[in-house]
Parts: sequence; C-alpha cells; structure tokens
Amino acid sequence: MFRYIVRRLLQMILTFFGATFVVFALMFANQDDPIQALVGEKTASDSLRAALTERYHLDEGFLTQYWYYMKGLLTGDLGKSLTGRDISEMLADAWPVTIRLAILAILIAAAIAVTTGVYAGIRRGGLFDNGTLLMTLLLLAMPIVVLAPLAQLVFAMELRWFPATTTKNATLYELLLPALVLATTVIATQLRVTRTSVVENLRADYVRTARAKGLAPRRVTWVHVLRNSLIPVVTLIGVDLGVLMSGAIVTEEVFNIPGVGFNLARGIRTEDGPLVVGFVSVLVIIFLIVNLAVDLLYAALDPRIRYE
Amino acid sequence: MSDPNLITVAEAPDVSGRSRSLAGDAWADLRRNKIFWVSAVLVVVILLMAFLPSLFTSADPGACALSNKHKGPTGSAIFGYDFQGCDVFARTIYGTRASIEVGVLSTLMAGVLGLVFGLSAGYFGGTTDAVLSRLTDIMLGVPFLLGAVVFSGRLSGSEDDGVWAVTLTLGVLTWTSAARVMRSSVIAVKSQDYVAAGRMLGASPGRLMFRHILPNSMASFIVVLTILLGTNIAAEATLSYLGVGLKGDAVSWGLQIAEAQDYARIAAHPLIWPSIFLAATVLAFIMLGDAIRDAFDPKLR
Repeated sequence: MFRYIVRRLLQMILTFFGATFVVFALMFANQDDPIQALVGEKTASDSLRAALTERYHLDEGFLTQYWYYMKGLLTGDLGKSLTGRDISEMLADAWPVTIRLAILAILIAAAIAVTTGVYAGIRRGGLFDNGTLLMTLLLLAMPIVVLAPLAQLVFAMELRWFPATTTKNATLYELLLPALVLATTVIATQLRVTRTSVVENLRADYVRTARAKGLAPRRVTWVHVLRNSLIPVVTLIGVDLGVLMSGAIVTEEVFNIPGVGFNLARGIRTEDGPLVVGFVSVLVIIFLIVNLAVDLLYAALDPRIRYE
Repeated sequence: MSDPNLITVAEAPDVSGRSRSLAGDAWADLRRNKIFWVSAVLVVVILLMAFLPSLFTSADPGACALSNKHKGPTGSAIFGYDFQGCDVFARTIYGTRASIEVGVLSTLMAGVLGLVFGLSAGYFGGTTDAVLSRLTDIMLGVPFLLGAVVFSGRLSGSEDDGVWAVTLTLGVLTWTSAARVMRSSVIAVKSQDYVAAGRMLGASPGRLMFRHILPNSMASFIVVLTILLGTNIAAEATLSYLGVGLKGDAVSWGLQIAEAQDYARIAAHPLIWPSIFLAATVLAFIMLGDAIRDAFDPKLR
C-alpha cells in the first residue's frame, strides 16, 4: 500500500503542474495581445492595461508568468476581477450554496442509481432491465442545456411544483429541482456500472457460498453482492465530479443560484478573464485532489488495485 | 480491447458452415438490430438537414419580422416565431449545419490526434508510452468544459462566427478517450500470432503498424468516435449557450436555446423545438455507437 501511495502522489504532482500549466497556456500562450484576451471585446484603458500587466507579469517571460500564477494559486491570492472585486472573496461567498447543491445532487443520483441498478442487475435481460437501459441511453443523450431549461419550464413554470429561481440564501426546497437536473447528468453511468458489477458479482463463488449456507436471498443481494458491487461505483465519483462541475455552470445560470457556476457563467458572459482563469484554476485543483483521494480509497477497498 | 480471433471463433458456427470476417459478422449482427436502423435513419435525416436544409423549408432563417414576435404556428412556420420574429422551424433546420459541422470536424481532429498518440504509445511502448500516457493523464486532469471555457473564450476575440474556434477547442480537449482506447487495442493486437508472423517474414515496422495492427484495432476506436461525435455536438450547444461558442449571426441550437430561455415564461415553443432537435441528434449518434459496439464486441452482452 505504501508504495502505491507514493507512486500515486508522484503522479499527482506531475498531473497537478501539467493541468495548471494547460489552463494557464490555454489562456495566455501564443496570444498577440494577452490583455485583450483577458478583457474580451471591451477596450482596455491604460490604467487597466498597467494593472493587468503587473498582475500577470506580462512584461516578463512566459515561464516566469507561470511561476507567479502558481505562487498566487498556492497562496490563495487570485487577484481581482475586472469589476474590482477580490476573486478569493467571491469564491468564498459562492462556495456554500454550490456545495449544498452538489451534495444534494450526489445523494439523489446515488440513491436512484444504486437501487435501480441492483434491481436491473438481478433481473438481467428482463423488461425492467431493458427499460432502464433505454432510460439511461435517453439520459446520456440529454445535454444539460436541454435538461435544465426544459425542467425549469415544465416543473417550475407550468406545473409550479418547484420555484423557478432561488433566493439569496437558497433553501433546500429551492435547490431540489436544480439538484435533480444535476443528478441526471451522472445517474446514467452510475446506474450502468452498478448493474454490470451486480451481474458479475451474482455469478461469484462467494454468492453461491452465501446461498448454500441458507442466507435469505435479500441479505445475499443487499449485503454481500451490493457491498462488492459498489467498489467500482466509488471510482466514478472522481469522474462524476468533473461532470457535475460542468453541469453546475449551466444549472446555476438557469436557476439563478448564486454559486460558483453562476459566477463563472457571469464571468464568461461579461468576458472577465481574470475571474474565469481564477475560478477554473481552483476548480481544477479540487478536481485533482478529489481524484487522488478516490484512487487511494479504491486501493484501500480493493487490494487487487495496489498490485497492478 | 476486444480479441478479434476469439470473436470469430465464438461466432463461427454459421448456418452455411463458412467462417465470416469480423466485419462480416458485425454487419450481420447490425442488420438484425432495430436500434441500429432507428439511429441510422435518424442520422441520415440529420445529415440531409445539415447539407440540404432547403429540402425541408423554403423559408429564409435570416428573414425575421418583429411584427411576428412570439407568434404561434402559422402556415409554413409550423413551430411559430421567436423573440425577434424569426421562423423557429427554419432556424432549427438551418441550425443543424453548425452542429454537424463543428461535431464532425472536431471529432475528426480528436480522431487524428487520438490515432497518432494511441498508436505510437501502444506500438512503441516504453518511454514513448510513458510520456504519452502522462500527457493523457494531464489532459484528463482538466474537466472538459472548464478547459473549453478558458480556451474558446480566448480564441473568440475575432470577427467570424466562431466555428473554427469551437472546433479547435473541442478537438484539442477531447482526443484523450480515443487515444486510450486505441492504445489498449493496439497492445492487445500486437501480441497476436499474425503480427509475429508478419514480423518474422520481415515486414517493416510501418507495414506492421498500418497493414496488420491498425485495421484490427479500429473497431472500438470507431465506436468511441461515434459517441464522441454525439457528445461534441452537445458540447458545442453548451459552449454557444454560455456565450463562448458560435456567435453573431450564426444559426445554432445552443444560441436559440440561450435566447429563448429568457422568454420561456412568455413563449415556450422557441425553447422546446431546438432542444428536441439537439437531444435527438445526440441520441442518434450515441445509439449508433452503442449498436456498433454491441456488433463488434458480443462479449459485452
């Protein structure tokens, strides 16, 4: 296990610098006028130009710029957005509601995906199984830009079951519909993985042993099979987080939830380069850390992984 | 990934007793698959809409009259009119082209990058593989939409409609899955007997790679690209919706949805129709990819 952790950490350091470099390069590399890239189609005043040049050290070499960018990231100094607000402060304001939304979405997705996946796996090839497979196909094909506005239209504006937008301190009820929308972006893959691994585990020797011992079928399914089937689902958490982050940008914009995604979407629309780069960099770092944690957790749960 | 020999052996007991090629088997399977036919017909219709939109509507998508603002369906405008009084049906039909253009071009680009990186990593192994695999890891470390938002925001300063900016963004950021699949199939195929036979007969590395290994590694690669085509079309709509994709005078489903969403309380039809077309297009390509995968890899069933 120790060797595995060390190797993963070393890989993580490489990926960390690589990924932040990619974000940085996407923004600044090979740009005739980096300041124009930061402010979009607005015209930059001389004082703004000077401020941005100083902030991003644009008068120095590319690698030096990257060095200062990393230093800022690691010390929590993200600079100021074009509106003059401190980006770290904006991020701190926006976090709580986004985290609540994400946790709600993950809980909804996991509850639906795991129960449905287990039932589909038990009745493999049956009507229920084929029905859920078709549903997952439909869900996979639903881009978030279709799901979020349509869900708002149908369930909030027409049926009036949920509020269409949230207030400043979003309540749980107000976040329910957005969380459902966000959950649907990850349900399909979770469900399919649960189903496949349940199908595989049902054929395993330990299941036959448990049955031969005379355990109740329900106990075999929901304790023995489920526990082992959830291991591959755990690895999905890392990937799903990326999908949820992308989904949150659109979902928060549609439902007016004042979270991280909403701020990012506003930053994109108002072409606020410093804000976009700052927010994206922090999200990428969180994504990498969670993925590292998931990898270690996976190795702890399934000893076979450590010896790959 | 899949082992072509195993598949042929498993499927060999054919009625006629003749053994068929892998592609022949797959085609025989596909022909019996209803999902394949549904998605294939959908794809053909979508391609027709993209290349010959005038077959479907005689209206000009750019001809808008504010007097028609948010009007319901009339005569030829069977989907009604949007906020600016444009014919929603005509704009939805003409919007297909942008989606297909960006989807196909970006998938081709991702395909070429994935093929080159995956084939070299799998064939040469060793240091080449290590470097390319780490590069793939790094690219996967940036969630796709986040990278795209930064990248295409930077590219879109120019005056054009943004087709090239979006294509480049999607191509550069989505080749990783294709490369991974290509790499693992190449590694599986490389150890086959016929490759060893070719090597012993003195075939050059180039001939081995392109004549023996590549054709037998294509199945899962093509499946991944088909599905990628669907997801890239969805990604284009998302980027356009957020304001970093297509823009200006471009006719695109993502732009239509973004505009119509602001007025959804007043008029829902300009929002609903492009959404349905977008979802149906993505679904068609994902179903097609699923059907092809089932045909080439019966083990998965």
